[in-house]
Amino acid sequence: MATDNTEAKLDSRAPSGPVETSWERHKRDARLVSPANKRKFTIIVVGTGLAGGSAAASLAELGYNVVNLCIQDSPRRAHSVAAQGGINAAKNYPNDGDSVFRLFYDTVKGGDFRAREANVYRLAQESVNIIDQCVAQGVPFAREYGGMLANRSFGGAQVSRTFYARGQTGQQLLLGAYGSLMRQVHAGGVKMFPRREMLDLVVIDGRARGVVCRNLVTGALERYAGDAVLLCTGGYSTVFFLSTNAVNSNATAAWRCYKRGAYFANPCFTQIHPTCIPRVGEQQSKLTLMSESLRNDGRVWVPKAAGDKRLPGQIAESERDYFLERMYPAFGNLVPRDIASRAAKLVCDEGRGVGSGLAVYLDFSDAVKRLGKETIADRYGNLFEMYREITNHDPYETPMQIYPAPHYTMGGLWVDYNLMSTIPGLHVLGEANFSDHGANRLGASALMQGLCDGYFVIPHTLGHYLAGGGLVSVSTDHAAFAEAETRVKEQVGKLLAIGGRKSVREFHYQLGTLLWDRVGMARNATGLRGAIEKIRAMRDEFWNNVRVPGSGEDFNKELEMAGRVADYFELGELMCRDALEREESCGCHFREEYRTEEGECKRDDERFSFVSAWEYAGRTGDARLHREPLEFDTVHLATRQYK
Amino acid sequence: MSTRNGLRSYSLKIWRQAGPDKPGNLVDYAVSGIHPDMSFLEMLDQLNQDIVCAGGEPVAFDSDCREGICGTCGIVIDGRPHGPLVNVTACNLRMREFPDGAAIVAEPFRAKAFPIVKDLVIDRSALDRVIQHGGYVSINVGSAAEANQMPIPKDIAEQAMDSAACIGCGACVASCPNASASLFVGAKIRQMMLLPQGKAERTRRVLEMVQQMDAEGFGDCSNHGECEAACPKAITLENIATMRREYVRAALKSGC
Repeated sequence: MATDNTEAKLDSRAPSGPVETSWERHKRDARLVSPANKRKFTIIVVGTGLAGGSAAASLAELGYNVVNLCIQDSPRRAHSVAAQGGINAAKNYPNDGDSVFRLFYDTVKGGDFRAREANVYRLAQESVNIIDQCVAQGVPFAREYGGMLANRSFGGAQVSRTFYARGQTGQQLLLGAYGSLMRQVHAGGVKMFPRREMLDLVVIDGRARGVVCRNLVTGALERYAGDAVLLCTGGYSTVFFLSTNAVNSNATAAWRCYKRGAYFANPCFTQIHPTCIPRVGEQQSKLTLMSESLRNDGRVWVPKAAGDKRLPGQIAESERDYFLERMYPAFGNLVPRDIASRAAKLVCDEGRGVGSGLAVYLDFSDAVKRLGKETIADRYGNLFEMYREITNHDPYETPMQIYPAPHYTMGGLWVDYNLMSTIPGLHVLGEANFSDHGANRLGASALMQGLCDGYFVIPHTLGHYLAGGGLVSVSTDHAAFAEAETRVKEQVGKLLAIGGRKSVREFHYQLGTLLWDRVGMARNATGLRGAIEKIRAMRDEFWNNVRVPGSGEDFNKELEMAGRVADYFELGELMCRDALEREESCGCHFREEYRTEEGECKRDDERFSFVSAWEYAGRTGDARLHREPLEFDTVHLATRQYK
Repeated sequence: MSTRNGLRSYSLKIWRQAGPDKPGNLVDYAVSGIHPDMSFLEMLDQLNQDIVCAGGEPVAFDSDCREGICGTCGIVIDGRPHGPLVNVTACNLRMREFPDGAAIVAEPFRAKAFPIVKDLVIDRSALDRVIQHGGYVSINVGSAAEANQMPIPKDIAEQAMDSAACIGCGACVASCPNASASLFVGAKIRQMMLLPQGKAERTRRVLEMVQQMDAEGFGDCSNHGECEAACPKAITLENIATMRREYVRAALKSGC
């Protein structure tokens, strides 16, 4: 396999030399924009979640003009709000041996050595500042009686480094960023545009200079010009139809950037989260995640005998298989998400699943006996309540049923160390980029990355880009805006004109089900090749037989969804191609052909220690693969071991 | 109506309104094949599928996370914002709460400060504008002190969290006979008032937020308590009492 790492476009720009000092050195060498000049720059920030909200607020504070686009009715509703469990930081408050290095090490190992070392080290370093920042904003983190911040442990770690605000950590961190954002809106530094969906990127002279949006209320297409574009639009696991993501989460903005020249990295890396409420019916719209922190005190088990349909209370201890504790004694129920998910799939495939057969028990009876109901209620009360609301079962009385579900996408637009994509000026932050988690994201690190990128990385690296010069003034009258708007208009018109017989939802369901089967928890070459054929056929049918009611000049949810599903057909195919190309198993990417004798992931570092970065070339089938080789100077490549 | 495979049927009356200045009315629909574990919004999804397949225009409604935390959803169901259950959002309301064959009425949240966008979709940006008037701590990024330098007693942190749990859905406004946003505003003021971080801007914050609340067209609180009953996140009336005390204190202090 030829590697094209000589390509300038894939220069990671990660500083060489010791990783411990690379960020300091990089910041020291970064060019600066003088305070008087910052107000001359306009930055377009797409998205208002942890990455977008924190970036928009931080840049406006520095003095830049910020245009902030928000797909929801208010920035406070970005999907970051739904992260429950916590945020990691290497504060070592519990004095259990944590350090920046250990957080860095755990994250690189947890991602199965498919992340970029320098980025991860920076993330671990800045984690400490994130907590300080959020506390200063008034985020009500959990406290000890002495008034100090409380910590808990999370999957994939043997130390307690996770900070939390009940089961609503994401919400509280987002509200912190939202507060800072609202302050800047009031001060005039941020112009906020809610209910806007970015539908195209405008590239002028090879640089990202603007976006075209649809006003989701009036249907009007709007143009926004600026000196740089920050894409902070989250992940794409709604490609699977059923996922833990919000129904409006989508890949469209990122996908349209890909079509304008931004490389798409590691599209096949989707994290399947082990602790979700199992699916029940055909009409279900989403899967609800139960925080991974539940595995701190909950014990996961299934009956030892296949087909045992007795109620959990009737199954004696000796007839239960606490399979995570059995298979991974060192970490037990706290193994990382990919390991826990695959183990659950394994026991269900053996016919030992409970409930519908696609579920395992998460049992708190031991913890209630040991700690008392009050302590358990204190730790997980709202999660138990949520579970009861959804399933009508009380977890204090009977074990929860859980099953893995698509959750977080580690794939995303390729970025260098400055968070810049292969299109100069287009920066990508948070889940929308690929950079920090490798093939598997450890718990409580998504919030960390979103805020790290927005609060602490982009203020430095964006300044470096802007100060580099060469940015001529452009306005929305530029022909490139007209071209982008025409492209969007044509697609909208085409979707409305088909007038077929199948709803958008039916197509989405069909595609999502196929992707879950073929490129979900496990994949193999035959399945992937077949899936690509099927996706192409479905996509043809979509463009001839979808029915999108209503008009383009109105609030039209079906039209919004149609555009997103159209992109998912293309992305889904690329996911399959990427998975097919990667002839190894790593993290959440489990190719059935490449496993150890015990059935664990078998990496191939000789051939696959790289980031795959796909370049659009007309049609998805023609996309070109580029490789960014990954080098591990500080953490030595090793087999992940949680036994 | 009969139950087939445990699936249920309902007759619905849903508010349809093409736009903010257009007339609106309740329209009758029938929906069947509803699993009792489906959420209210999934039931609406299915209704919309039926409508689309029959060549009609689906009912517009807002939703996002569908797990009760983003605050996007919110429909007045049988006269109650988010429906009949206590502390449950519309997206977490399950159809098992409605007997087979029940008639259900669905309307948008109604308040002068929440213009209707379309059908069940409303514009709640007034709540953002209230927050813009001081509903935060003014701290620049990168200048924060070490987090544990400022101890906060556990019970204070817990009380602040109780208030911070507000999801900004607007059910308090929709349930109030005066369309007051006092519960929403009170919750933010109480969260910030309890924490040392919020103390510096304590006086200015309450004056500005209350003033903006009035300017947006929200009504006054007259102690009906409907907001507390409708709140999906169990935000209590104590937050309104705190807001009032804080307001009096601030007014005296600032001499206005």
